[in-house]
Amino acid sequence: MKLLSYFRGEAFQRGVHPPGCKHTADRPIRRLPFAPRLVVPLSQHIGRPSRPTVRVGEEVLRGQPIAAADGWLSVPQHAPATGVVEAIELRPSARGQWTECIVIRAFEASTQEVLWGAPQDLDAFPPQEIVLAVQRSGMVGLGGAAFPSHAKLTVPEGAKVETLVVNGCECEPYLTCDHRVMVEQAQDLMTGIRHAMRATGASRAIIGVEDNKPEAAEAMRRALPPQGGIFVEEVPTKYPQGSEKMLITALFGVEVPSGKLPLSLGMVVNNVGTLAALGRLLPTGQGLVERVVTVTGPGVARPGDYRVPLGTPLSFVLDYVGAPASVASNSRQVILGGPMMGQSVASLDVPVTKGVSGVLVFRGEDMANREGRRSYPCIKCGECVESCPMGLNPSTLGMLAAKREYDLMAKQYHLGDCFECGCCTYTCPSNIPLVQQFRVAKQILREKAVA
Amino acid sequence: MNATTEIRSAPHIKGPRSVEQIMANVVYSLLPVCAFFIYQYGLSAAASILVVTASCLFAERAFVRTGTQAGSLSDFSATITGLLLALTLPPGFPLWMGAVAGIASIALGKAIFGGIGFNVFNPALVGRAFVQAAFPAAIATYTPSFLAGRFTEFIPSSLAWPLMAPADTAAWLKAMQYDTLASASPLARWKFEGFVTPAWDLVTSLTGHMAVGPSPLLIVLCGAYLALRRFMDWRIPVAVLGSAGLSALLIYAAFGTRFPDPFFMLFSGGLILGAVYMATDMATSPVTPRGMWAYGALIGVMTVVIRYYSGLPEGVMYAILIGNAATPLIERITQPTPFGKGASIQARRQGSYTLHPDYISREEAGAKTPKKRFLKNKPKKP
Repeated sequence: MKLLSYFRGEAFQRGVHPPGCKHTADRPIRRLPFAPRLVVPLSQHIGRPSRPTVRVGEEVLRGQPIAAADGWLSVPQHAPATGVVEAIELRPSARGQWTECIVIRAFEASTQEVLWGAPQDLDAFPPQEIVLAVQRSGMVGLGGAAFPSHAKLTVPEGAKVETLVVNGCECEPYLTCDHRVMVEQAQDLMTGIRHAMRATGASRAIIGVEDNKPEAAEAMRRALPPQGGIFVEEVPTKYPQGSEKMLITALFGVEVPSGKLPLSLGMVVNNVGTLAALGRLLPTGQGLVERVVTVTGPGVARPGDYRVPLGTPLSFVLDYVGAPASVASNSRQVILGGPMMGQSVASLDVPVTKGVSGVLVFRGEDMANREGRRSYPCIKCGECVESCPMGLNPSTLGMLAAKREYDLMAKQYHLGDCFECGCCTYTCPSNIPLVQQFRVAKQILREKAVA
Repeated sequence: MNATTEIRSAPHIKGPRSVEQIMANVVYSLLPVCAFFIYQYGLSAAASILVVTASCLFAERAFVRTGTQAGSLSDFSATITGLLLALTLPPGFPLWMGAVAGIASIALGKAIFGGIGFNVFNPALVGRAFVQAAFPAAIATYTPSFLAGRFTEFIPSSLAWPLMAPADTAAWLKAMQYDTLASASPLARWKFEGFVTPAWDLVTSLTGHMAVGPSPLLIVLCGAYLALRRFMDWRIPVAVLGSAGLSALLIYAAFGTRFPDPFFMLFSGGLILGAVYMATDMATSPVTPRGMWAYGALIGVMTVVIRYYSGLPEGVMYAILIGNAATPLIERITQPTPFGKGASIQARRQGSYTLHPDYISREEAGAKTPKKRFLKNKPKKP
């Protein structure tokens, strides 16, 4: 009901309000010990895979570069633990296909202190040098997209960046890793924002936080630098506010034109986790070797936010938090990311990579509510139209998808604008897998375009 | 034993809404309306509601069992059709004709299209249109409400044998010493006698022995419950009543002596029931918000045109059926504008920040934070 949103002042149009389930929001971040073997994929980011620079049998220190960036849109990898390179071979990845990985056997009782890296004075660096330092750190977007951060901070020729938007919405249910980072690493975040503003030439930075995280906003307000230029703004909680276009609408009341980047409005959007990690890594010249991951869900005995060394296999993470694979429950689902857009994994040998923000475990009985539901034909109730943040018509798109009219979907019904947030499927009373159909349609159209 | 790891595609959580929930709530909201109808007309109304609903459920069951259509009895959609159909029929409508109407509505209105969600026309109105064509005399025979013995005896026409002509209601009323003129519906009285019933009497439907359906006030209240819980879209009834009222007002202002006032227009006949419960049928109304306004406006104007300028006293049914037929066309031309594709990408409303930082701090340059107007969005407790 749009009347309600008028009174509440919702930030962007449509969207849904799934239950928050942020059970781990009050628990401090804890460290996860090293797994006996860490698996570092060479392709944890969008772009070309890194080139390994170590050999099998070589000893590596925690934080030492073990793979170099292959070209501009690529980042180096760093050893997550002190140990020996055991193999460089194909291992399963979350997407299903096997990818090349560096397997490191961690030395027992090795310290989690990072032993590699030389302090650098970033304030003396010109902007291009900061961008290169970001690339050296191996940083990618920690919100989930895993797009190389240095590429995002590079302002193309002729464009001008005025505003750095810092995305602290974390609109996915269950996930709290960004929340805890904002509370515990507010100072690092400010350092990261300062360097990112210098790299892009932005004159102001606006941190957008959903108003279900008041203590995070409070912690960041306390850490704001006295000279100003950085603002914290609370936006009304709604999914999918964490999408950068939605957040920009929430903050500025404008829409990013379809098919364009926020850069066309003079903005660059970065995740809080990314900038907080940059603020910690850049001054010390270290590389990204760990990240904060929310491990939660009904199937986890000790849920919480954990600082997980990259490359830790999921089976080790789940054993540690009390969701061992040998549990009596007869079926379960392990999801990387949040419940709205996350990805189910088939194998628990898959490692935690740079883009993994959460690990959710649902037991069979938790899924019963969704599985037991009957499916009906579309009754054209219009719920999906009222929830699609991109202003599409999922009802019509769904009927076209059932008839495989993929070209028509793309041409007349703007299928290309769908970013697969899942609001339509979430809200559909007829239990029609709308976004799943759109995903298939987009994949088929991509294959057609290539062929 | 290792737990099986299952793979599903996102999203992994599901909202609470279901078709059964929506339909069941529509049924709940119809119960007070049915109770009022029975209070008005007694035994005959109760029997009519029961028989018509039962015949709808029977037909639905038969067609689902034979695989002709999707859905099931437990989705409550056939129950809604039955209740609505019974409310649109005269209370003294012969029960066997009511059963014919129920079966026709499911068979011709729903099953031949493929069942729930696929129907093009509102099934209840298809059924009513069928019996209006088949039994024009019986469907025009109304009886006055609040008759003395209504809870102890049937209106004689109700109990007609199947395929037999019903008993003469006018003679029965004469025997009971009622003015036979009272048994004409207010719309028919206006159309054929030029008598305009006062609007307030129509709103409550409680005064005198009028031949009217359930109180429009009660229907609006029940509809408001549905709209507030979002089981019905509020735009359609608002558009129907708004356009009907407006066009009636314009005509009244232009030729006041020949036509009744707009309030009579709104509260007489089945307009309120049609606007709240019939036009809002999800499967037969547009899904696009702009389309809902256009669809509602079309129904409102058509109702007034049919009532004023055709030979029929009542036009709501045909107006809604015409609106149903126009729905695919309306949807085609009212597709929503996708995000970022509008004619201008200018601010739809005032954001917290201006787009270009001519100022550095929000306190300067009159930056506004007007977003939260009344209720502060409180963080939800886990």
